[in-house]
Amino acid sequence: MNTFVRTFAAALVAASALSGISAMAQDYPNQPITIVVPFSAGGPTDTVTRLVAAAMSEDLGQQVVVQNVGGAGGTLGAGQVAAANADGYTLLLHHIGMSTAPALYASLPFDPMTDFAPIGLVTEVPMTVVARRDFEPATLEDLIAHIKENGENITYANAGIGAASQLCGLLIMDALDTKMTEVPYQGTGPAMTDLLGGQIDMMCDQTTNTTSQIQAGEIKAYAVTTPERIAVLPDLPTLAEGGLDNFNLAIWHGLYAPAGTDPAIVARLQTALQAALANETVGNSFAELGTYPVPADQATPEALAETLEGQIALWKEVISAAGVSAQ
Amino acid sequence: MDLVSSLALGFSVALDPVNILYCFIGVLLGTLVGVLPGIGPTATIAMLLPITFTLGPATALIMLAGIYYGAQYGGSTTAILINLPGESSSAVTAIDGYQMARQGRAGQALATAAIGSFFAGSVATLLLAFFAPPLARAALNFGAPEYFSLIVLGLLVSIALAHGSILKALAMIVLGLLLGMVGQDIYTGTPRFTFGVRELFGGLNFVAVAVGVFGIAEILRNLENETEREVGVKKVTNLWLTREDFGRIWAPILRGTGLGSVLGILPGGGHILSSFASYSAEKRLSKNPQEFGKGAIEGVAGPESANNAAAQTSFIPLMTLGIPAHPVMALMVGAFILQGITPGPNVINEQPALFWGIIASMWIGNLLLIILNLPLIGLWVKMLSIPYRVLFPAIVLFACIGTYSINQNIYDVYAIAFFAMVGYLLIRFGCEPAPLLLGFVLGPLLEEHLRRAMIISRGDPMIFVTRPISATLLLLALAAVLVAVLPAIRRKRQEVFVEDD
Repeated sequence: MNTFVRTFAAALVAASALSGISAMAQDYPNQPITIVVPFSAGGPTDTVTRLVAAAMSEDLGQQVVVQNVGGAGGTLGAGQVAAANADGYTLLLHHIGMSTAPALYASLPFDPMTDFAPIGLVTEVPMTVVARRDFEPATLEDLIAHIKENGENITYANAGIGAASQLCGLLIMDALDTKMTEVPYQGTGPAMTDLLGGQIDMMCDQTTNTTSQIQAGEIKAYAVTTPERIAVLPDLPTLAEGGLDNFNLAIWHGLYAPAGTDPAIVARLQTALQAALANETVGNSFAELGTYPVPADQATPEALAETLEGQIALWKEVISAAGVSAQ
Repeated sequence: MDLVSSLALGFSVALDPVNILYCFIGVLLGTLVGVLPGIGPTATIAMLLPITFTLGPATALIMLAGIYYGAQYGGSTTAILINLPGESSSAVTAIDGYQMARQGRAGQALATAAIGSFFAGSVATLLLAFFAPPLARAALNFGAPEYFSLIVLGLLVSIALAHGSILKALAMIVLGLLLGMVGQDIYTGTPRFTFGVRELFGGLNFVAVAVGVFGIAEILRNLENETEREVGVKKVTNLWLTREDFGRIWAPILRGTGLGSVLGILPGGGHILSSFASYSAEKRLSKNPQEFGKGAIEGVAGPESANNAAAQTSFIPLMTLGIPAHPVMALMVGAFILQGITPGPNVINEQPALFWGIIASMWIGNLLLIILNLPLIGLWVKMLSIPYRVLFPAIVLFACIGTYSINQNIYDVYAIAFFAMVGYLLIRFGCEPAPLLLGFVLGPLLEEHLRRAMIISRGDPMIFVTRPISATLLLLALAAVLVAVLPAIRRKRQEVFVEDD
């Protein structure tokens, strides 16, 4: 067989493969799409995903099903999507944990940078420092003094290793140079139950999970973790105002497909994501939860890839300094 | 607003024709997914969430709630008819319900389940209407130590689940606890007993284990000997309950309703305990404990009532505090949020029509369920007359499809095959699967709460006895053990309980 025939045959194969893909992309989506949330149902990331999924299904004309694959700080669900068919029917909505996993886990079943095709950022959720409602400190200043004084006598709830609630606690303990007793839960839902019941002292969680309880006076709120105060809870000072210089933590969420997904499909999903984020209902629901959709130019593969890369580098430093490891 | 006008408001919402229609669709769907093994309310509600987006908030939530308690109703049907429980609660119903079916009393078992569920559902809804907020508050007093002690009590009392030897029952509970350890450690993420198989990291699937040790193992036992194969329907003469049956079930239904209502309120897994607890209680209180495990109608009436009562009262923490007690309630949180309502302490004040509408719809839903289910009993019982050469493959097929559909995990199907073999061996050795399932369900909860309590107390085990609720529960557990091991009682037990073989 001469070179020409061989090249020609290869080209034919490639062409038919390509036309196969684009035919697939053309009638995409022709079956329900699953978005995997690597956390338990009812948690803040789950809430965000369900809102976005409902709006995306309007744009795509197909059902978008949310599937909760919780466990191991989100690595289980992410690993499942990394190994899924790259056909655009299995997606992942993951938060900041995508960027902390490489620093936390010695052996990770996936590489956040190479095993996924980013679709876009979704939202950046501020966090709030909250406590049981009969916790002694009255203000943020009191709280900081109280933590410094009592250290490990304070119980701090988190949703397990690598969870947003744990990262927030790590940053606070790091800034105050002290330790509290960390009490892990399977998700912040059960943790909130125990906080409401006064079984534990403190927690730091996303506004999606805390706002309604704060507004109802069921729990005490001390501060927000973002550089600026937030609209939904305007009376809450920032941690930076309380003397924790440059404290900045927002839980960014991104939507991913498995690596190798047809770019046309990724583009279609990006359009659907942007449409969902522009949806009025989504905007209102997000606002009620104390967050907001990212602007359209952030809901792009490029923006998500850039954020992911920067955050992986940042958390590698913070986590190794804190000496935390998941295994 | 006083209760009467609140309820009037609720019924005005629930009696809206559209809402009645969706309530009916909900309970019908719930009954169907409950009957099909493997496909549970969680998957159904998850699939239907996007559709509810287009409905009004009250309509959507009435339908979703209907699916949930409808599934509790339907789940007992396959447990009774073909020993195939789809959920932990119906595993208990299978113990005596299936034996009743083997004796040709499937109709009576199904009727008992329907009546018990209806009564329990109605009473628990009343409880929800009267006392929801204070009850939810009280339940918050349950922290990790209390849950640990409650589960210890549940496990020890559950020795009554077995009708064979105590030793075998204990061994089955421990085996169940160990099986519950499979998967990643929740606190550190360390894989345990997974043999490097990533599909096992999430633990063994309850439905796969239950379908294997109960349903498929039972089929294997039936296939053993052609001549001994049973055809239950031949003996069916009467489907309805006799006066004597009614005399035997009313007290278990009342007790089951009480137990289930109380346990359902606890957000940390109380509803799981309800049917097991009721079964244990009925066996202890019964004048004829030797009948349990061999078709005692009380063993169906109590647990079914407890299970349905708990299903209703588990809405209390959700609707009054915004905290979900289990995955189905977490999905309901999602449904609330999709409707632009953040579930929390304010719902009852800000959305009274919604809150009371859902409560009133539960009465209507329970009524619809009993109207729907009583005529179906004859139909279900007819199913038993299907020849086994058709029925067996169909059961295996549906069980595998249903189980696979939960997580799309092929290891769950392998698990059915594996646990069918295990279940068959257990039957041969005279060990019973129910205590094993109880250990399997409660093991992970036991570990989680034990470790959390120890972290909170910073390593001091006294936390379990210095907290009054926890101490009381542990004392009760101790009393249960004493009753079981007191020599005199044990001798009596040996007379009564040792198996005929």
